[in-house]
Amino acid sequence: MNANETDLLIVGAGPAGMAAAVTARSQGLSVRVLDDQPAPGGQIWRAIETVAETPRIARLGEAYRAGADRAAAFRACGALYEPESQLWQIEPGFRAFLTQQGRARSVTARAVILATGAQERPAPFPGWTLPGVLTVGAAQILLKTADSVPTSPVWIAGCGPLPLLYMTQLLAAGGQIAGFLDTTPRGRLGAALRHLPQGLGLLADLAKGLSWSLALRRAGFPIIRHVAELRAEGEGRLESLHYRAEDGREGEVAAEVLLVHEGVVPNIHAPLALGCAVSWHAGQHCYVPDLDSWGETSQPNVFVAGDGAGVGGAEAAEPRGRIAALRVAARLGTLGEGAAESAARPERGRLSRALALRPFLDALYAPRPQVFAPADETLVCRCEEVTAGELRARAVQGRPGPNQIKAFTRAGMGPCQGRQCGYTMAHIIATAQNRPVEEVGFYRIRPPLKPVTLGELASLDEREPAA
Amino acid sequence: MSTEAFDVAVVGGGLHGLSAALHLARAGRRVAVIERRWTGRHASGATAAGVRTLGRDIAEIPISLEAMEMWHRITTIVGDPCGFHAHGQLRVAEIAEHMPALLQREAKIRALGYTHEEIIDAAELRRLVPALSPHCVGALVARRDGAADPHRTILAYRRACEAENVAIVENCGVESVDRQGDDWLLVCGQRRFRAPVVVNAAGAWAARLAALFGDEIALGVRASMMIVTERLAPLLAPVVSVVGRALSFKQSDQGTLVIGGGLQGAADLDRERSSVNFAELAKGARAASELFPAVRGVRIARCWTGIEAQTHDHLPVIGASPNAPGLVHAFGFSGHGFQLVPVVGAILTDLVVEGTTRREIAAFAPRRLMQERVAA
Repeated sequence: MNANETDLLIVGAGPAGMAAAVTARSQGLSVRVLDDQPAPGGQIWRAIETVAETPRIARLGEAYRAGADRAAAFRACGALYEPESQLWQIEPGFRAFLTQQGRARSVTARAVILATGAQERPAPFPGWTLPGVLTVGAAQILLKTADSVPTSPVWIAGCGPLPLLYMTQLLAAGGQIAGFLDTTPRGRLGAALRHLPQGLGLLADLAKGLSWSLALRRAGFPIIRHVAELRAEGEGRLESLHYRAEDGREGEVAAEVLLVHEGVVPNIHAPLALGCAVSWHAGQHCYVPDLDSWGETSQPNVFVAGDGAGVGGAEAAEPRGRIAALRVAARLGTLGEGAAESAARPERGRLSRALALRPFLDALYAPRPQVFAPADETLVCRCEEVTAGELRARAVQGRPGPNQIKAFTRAGMGPCQGRQCGYTMAHIIATAQNRPVEEVGFYRIRPPLKPVTLGELASLDEREPAA
Repeated sequence: MSTEAFDVAVVGGGLHGLSAALHLARAGRRVAVIERRWTGRHASGATAAGVRTLGRDIAEIPISLEAMEMWHRITTIVGDPCGFHAHGQLRVAEIAEHMPALLQREAKIRALGYTHEEIIDAAELRRLVPALSPHCVGALVARRDGAADPHRTILAYRRACEAENVAIVENCGVESVDRQGDDWLLVCGQRRFRAPVVVNAAGAWAARLAALFGDEIALGVRASMMIVTERLAPLLAPVVSVVGRALSFKQSDQGTLVIGGGLQGAADLDRERSSVNFAELAKGARAASELFPAVRGVRIARCWTGIEAQTHDHLPVIGASPNAPGLVHAFGFSGHGFQLVPVVGAILTDLVVEGTTRREIAAFAPRRLMQERVAA
């Protein structure tokens, strides 16, 4: 076996990827882990190894601290770890193409676990592309990696656990919050309570969320509930925010920084590019890969673990990673079927416990309808600057799908490959054609999965003249 | 199950099918375009949209020059400029050894009375394409050539068809063909269409369609790969190709670089999908970055392939079936059919309406590939 061949290729070194690597190594597989970050941890434990040695660790909370052990175990497991490597294409069989330090090359593997996580759900509204508007996730990355705290008070708009967590972390780090525009619609808690599992040990999680809320209320900044519509305005950069609540109350405030967040959705570009079947997840309002009980997709030996399999958080990501790795070991013959089954049993238990609270959170923090129905003047495709109005106008001529409207309008043709506009496009088509969104489908994914440069692609030819 | 009746059924909603439908409708025919997926789904939607007379096979020059004249007044044909710009096309010689072939080509077409291709020296080359690497020594240029916007062109043809009351039927594939009196009956799932004349513009699937009518035509397939980059500031206006390399390089109206040149991916006719071969595509990236050193750091936004028919002589099939009455073929453009779109629709209309055409199409007769099939 030469240096470019491994049994198992894992993409992503977050909770799922690291857990899968540790498990696969313990079953005797050779493992290569590609990650576009400079250090292990994924989004949740981003920069954990460096932050763990500083006082900042206390401010970022217990869940973050837990990542230090995982990263240490991963470093010690014997997997070939390749940080700062961008995977940009996988061909069946499997041949994976990646770029590292400006050079492109390809590696081969017998099985693949995609542990590429989730992205924040794009939530277009008028002015969302103005400098000064960014996402809560982006701000949290700055906080974790660079201890970066905005110098002026920030407005937060959105719903879900992440804004609450970020606000507590920001206050602990000495940052200031101008106000919170809570976009959770009225009546959500009542509806969500039906999903609260009975007699499970998840009260601690709920208590944690409650304690965040209480701490934020004590901090004394304005909290405006049930915000339905949002508009960012300014000449060249954000200067003011306009909001309207469900009951019609409107407000306009000065703002320098606005952080938005409307939940997260799985990264499905790699599974789609590999031809893996996906289905609509009504609870999470997104597509998820069709997976069996081992996390295997419709394409043999391609697995998805972590939030890419459906948003479940770090606690679900780890058992999903281990379960997938056990299956790969059984497939490649280093572990018996029966042994894999018994090793997976406790992991399945952990997974179902981790997922038990999810329907409650999904119901509580489901995106408000306005997220999927932006006003006509709103840019939907940032790369090609296509508005919601243009898409609506096209969607009613005939019965076009996303790929046709892409050809007509260029929406989804830019460097982000529809990561920003894909779901908004699907909802606009569904509404305009009066059909369910799950019927509409998604863009066909063109390679590369990450923007590789011409020079990098050219280097592939220079290194491997006879492929 | 009802049957819809037309004068002409065009099978294939690519640009050639739409162009045929447009001309036929303007000649007073009731036309349906029957498309298995959607207009422009395959080769037309995946083309680099070069509008090129440069380097054409001698047999194609007459219709290509007529098509060029039509491109220069495309707005009067389809009501939209289609993003066409006549910034020229160049075939570059990187080394002195590449010049004789270009000089011979120029001499050859001059001898035939054509003047659209012209040799230029290194100084003129640098004036036309300042971003080109200085090692290049000269080029053959067709100054009235250029490129268009493929999606805009598809939309323009589609709208022009709709304005002429062409029925565009999408998501409708022909499954079987039957004879009903003087008409062909096309069975497409729940729908049926009858028409005395059928135009086969089914692209890569055209031989399969022809076989339903009893025409056995030898036809290959190609899946040319394309690269498009992020947008950048204006770098060059003409379309540049290079002797001895698979490279076609241009900048679109959007500022993106569009890089093709015929490097082949893999085509799957049954699944109607094609895939990119990056080990192969790297050659194109290498050629691009050696000819235009400034682009090495430019990010690739998308790569794709489109499935197209290819004949063994790389000439299209344009003409009436020798066996099936009322069947007219137009396919097999072998990766360079985009420029011919305006004229081929006019030729097909001649063939349908007059039964003959004054244009020179003898070299494109379907029979040449049918005899071969029998001989093989």
